Amino acid sequence: MIAEAGHFALVLALCLAAAQATVPLFGAARNDAALMDMGRTAAVTQFVFIAAAFFSLMHAYIVSDFSVVNVAQNSHSAKPMLYKVAGVWSNHEGSMVLWVLILALFGAAIAAFGRNLPPALRARVLAVQGMIGFAFLLFVVATSNPFLRLDPAPVDGNGLNPILQDPGLAFHPPFLYLGYVGFSVAFAFAVAALIEGRVDAAWARWVRPWTLAAWCALTLGIALGSWWAYYELGWGGFWFWDPVENASFMPWLAGTALLHSAIVVEKRDALKSWTILLAILTFVLAMMGTFLVRSGVLTSVHTFASDPTRGLFILALLLVAAGGSLGLYALRAPSMRMGGLFAPISREGGLVLNNLLLGTATATVLLGTLYPLVIEAVGAGKVSVGAPYYNLTFVPIMAPLIAVMAMGPLLAWKRGDLAGVLARLAAAAVVTVLVTGTTFAFTGGPVLAVLGVGLAAWLALGTVTELAERIRLFRAPPAETLRRLGGLPRAAIGMTVAHGAMAVIVLGITASSAWQSERILAMTPGQAVEIAGYRVTLDRVERIPGPNYLAERATLTVTRNGAPVTVLRPEKRAFTTPRQTTTEAAIHTTFMADLYAVLGDPTAPAPGGAAGWTVRLYHNPLVPWIWIGAVIMVAGGLVSLTDRRHRVGAPSRKARGSADAAVPGAA
Amino acid sequence: MTTARPRRPAFTRRRRRLYLLGAAAVVLGLAAMLILNAFEDNLVFFYSPTDLATRTDVPRDRLIRIGGLVEKGSVARQGAEVRFTVTDTANRLAVVYRGILPDLFREGQGVVAQGRLTAPGTFEAREVLAKHDETYMPREVADAIKRSGQWKESEGKAGAGTGATP
Repeated sequence: MIAEAGHFALVLALCLAAAQATVPLFGAARNDAALMDMGRTAAVTQFVFIAAAFFSLMHAYIVSDFSVVNVAQNSHSAKPMLYKVAGVWSNHEGSMVLWVLILALFGAAIAAFGRNLPPALRARVLAVQGMIGFAFLLFVVATSNPFLRLDPAPVDGNGLNPILQDPGLAFHPPFLYLGYVGFSVAFAFAVAALIEGRVDAAWARWVRPWTLAAWCALTLGIALGSWWAYYELGWGGFWFWDPVENASFMPWLAGTALLHSAIVVEKRDALKSWTILLAILTFVLAMMGTFLVRSGVLTSVHTFASDPTRGLFILALLLVAAGGSLGLYALRAPSMRMGGLFAPISREGGLVLNNLLLGTATATVLLGTLYPLVIEAVGAGKVSVGAPYYNLTFVPIMAPLIAVMAMGPLLAWKRGDLAGVLARLAAAAVVTVLVTGTTFAFTGGPVLAVLGVGLAAWLALGTVTELAERIRLFRAPPAETLRRLGGLPRAAIGMTVAHGAMAVIVLGITASSAWQSERILAMTPGQAVEIAGYRVTLDRVERIPGPNYLAERATLTVTRNGAPVTVLRPEKRAFTTPRQTTTEAAIHTTFMADLYAVLGDPTAPAPGGAAGWTVRLYHNPLVPWIWIGAVIMVAGGLVSLTDRRHRVGAPSRKARGSADAAVPGAA
Repeated sequence: MTTARPRRPAFTRRRRRLYLLGAAAVVLGLAAMLILNAFEDNLVFFYSPTDLATRTDVPRDRLIRIGGLVEKGSVARQGAEVRFTVTDTANRLAVVYRGILPDLFREGQGVVAQGRLTAPGTFEAREVLAKHDETYMPREVADAIKRSGQWKESEGKAGAGTGATP
């Protein structure tokens, strides 16, 4: 009964979305307040109904109601509770319900928190949200109904793919979707602005917090996914330039560009039509990500069995959304007046360069991801594009971006003084050269990796220099410095933190890619091997039963210069439902490096020797910094989100810029 | 347009647009160069065992991908080295791999490997690609088997677990 109620709620939500997509639009055109207000009611009610549907599906999972096909296929009564709950979004149908739930959540949030929005703009934004909601709800109801019944119900379910039974992956999809879908708000604002034919600083100020929130969630989602891939897949790497990874990375790149170009619209009233275009493209890329993952058109290490008709539906949806919004853009954008002027060397100029490089980087990733499809479509064979392509294209585009990232925040708006900025960065430059030289002396190369370390140092030092200048560190009395630090806008602190985090990430990526050590060998009990100064001895391999699996666990004792360091216990787990084995890497982290061990298959005894096991060991320097950096970066975004400019909302369209003074003590 | 002086009073729209377009052209041009250059050397082509047996244009000493079914009873381990045979049911290919095979690697199932041809009929794999889902059949493998004329419809759904090897 509960499943049927859930299905019914979903259909009701579909009807509400249809109303939300049309009525407020008419209301805005006729300036009818009652019709416009209908959008808010519809958005909130739609959210309530989708939440009801979502929780009834979750209920079916929690009580293991195997008369529901979706539950029978993806759950099992012996599964731990966390994975019963996470099982809801571990499959196509359930994850699409989560998608529309988050979409409706954002719609309801605009309705609830958008009080200071002009009614017409709010009505149009909600209408666009309603259109997206309608399309995806139709998709769920028509092709991916999660509430289908199974008669007779099986005694037990098929179980969740064991590789997905992991806390990192349980929370990865919700955050990823919060990011993907969060960009729908920027998209809706962009389309609404195109319909109105007006973009101004106030518009940008409304869009930024939503974009920032979505960006934070997406950053965290990607980081969780890569962390999971690192410790669960047992390949010792954190990013594989796989199509599915790229699908989440492209909206992130475009969203990062959007975050920065919206600043220019807000502060300087320039780059308006470009920002609108970016908002549209970011969400289109997010939808494309959903399409690529869900349709299975690309061969990916993360691909799951999927249904091509669903892919076709999302593709059609994607074409309508992209075609419609870009068509509207082509029609309306030329009428948008260019705003404030600026010289090439200025803060605006720096942000333009940021956008140019991030946009180009997105394009290279897009090209690498879709090229195999194109080649196959024209019948020129089957190809794949791997990490070497991205190392030769993406990395050279990001390197100058990071180099100018250190300088951009020091430039003045409108007309900057490059010589002055470089003079202020002189100390940073000297230290950067010292760090680079020292790194080279200690590691002896490779040269590109040493330059990567230098780049990270330059970014970190540039960011610190900018902060030090703002608070007049060592130039003013300490009390004055503290007072200035306290008075910094949260957005400025957030920027400093996020840019600094980027330096941490660059350092982690560079060091772990360049100076990784690896040993693969067949080990017999008692045998020892040296890796990066550690001595690893295989003591034994034993069989250990787990809650729903049987594990083979190796015990590896690690010593350094004879002193014990740790004991690593990598496992190979054999699950029975479904029948599958998973690899559990054992990781010892010092936060400066990871020692990473994977247990492989038993090996045939060598002539005259004992039977052994294949063991793979990695030493990954600074690899934890990648995820620590990502978390710091999200923290920076959240700090910026609490800036009172965002919280007190935008001022009226006339009085922009003077809002800070108007609300004393809001922090 | 007048000649530029170091201290121009205002920065005109036309001039700003010119700079923007110029910068965009430079960045995009450089990116296009990088991309073309990278594509030339780093595209990895896929070949089935039949392609490798019949075609003469398969590059040696270049990274390629191969795929098919792991022949039943062909997996042999010695030390950390694994040898197995990949078949598309028409032709076979010997594969050597040093390392830990992915969890879903199984005899009789589909596999895709990336590496180099070392000798005719011998492939040294550097990566054996894992699939997260045991019922998933890599599309390249399915197509390769279809082309060799041995495809059974049931294999598309149930993987290649049953009766695929001759």
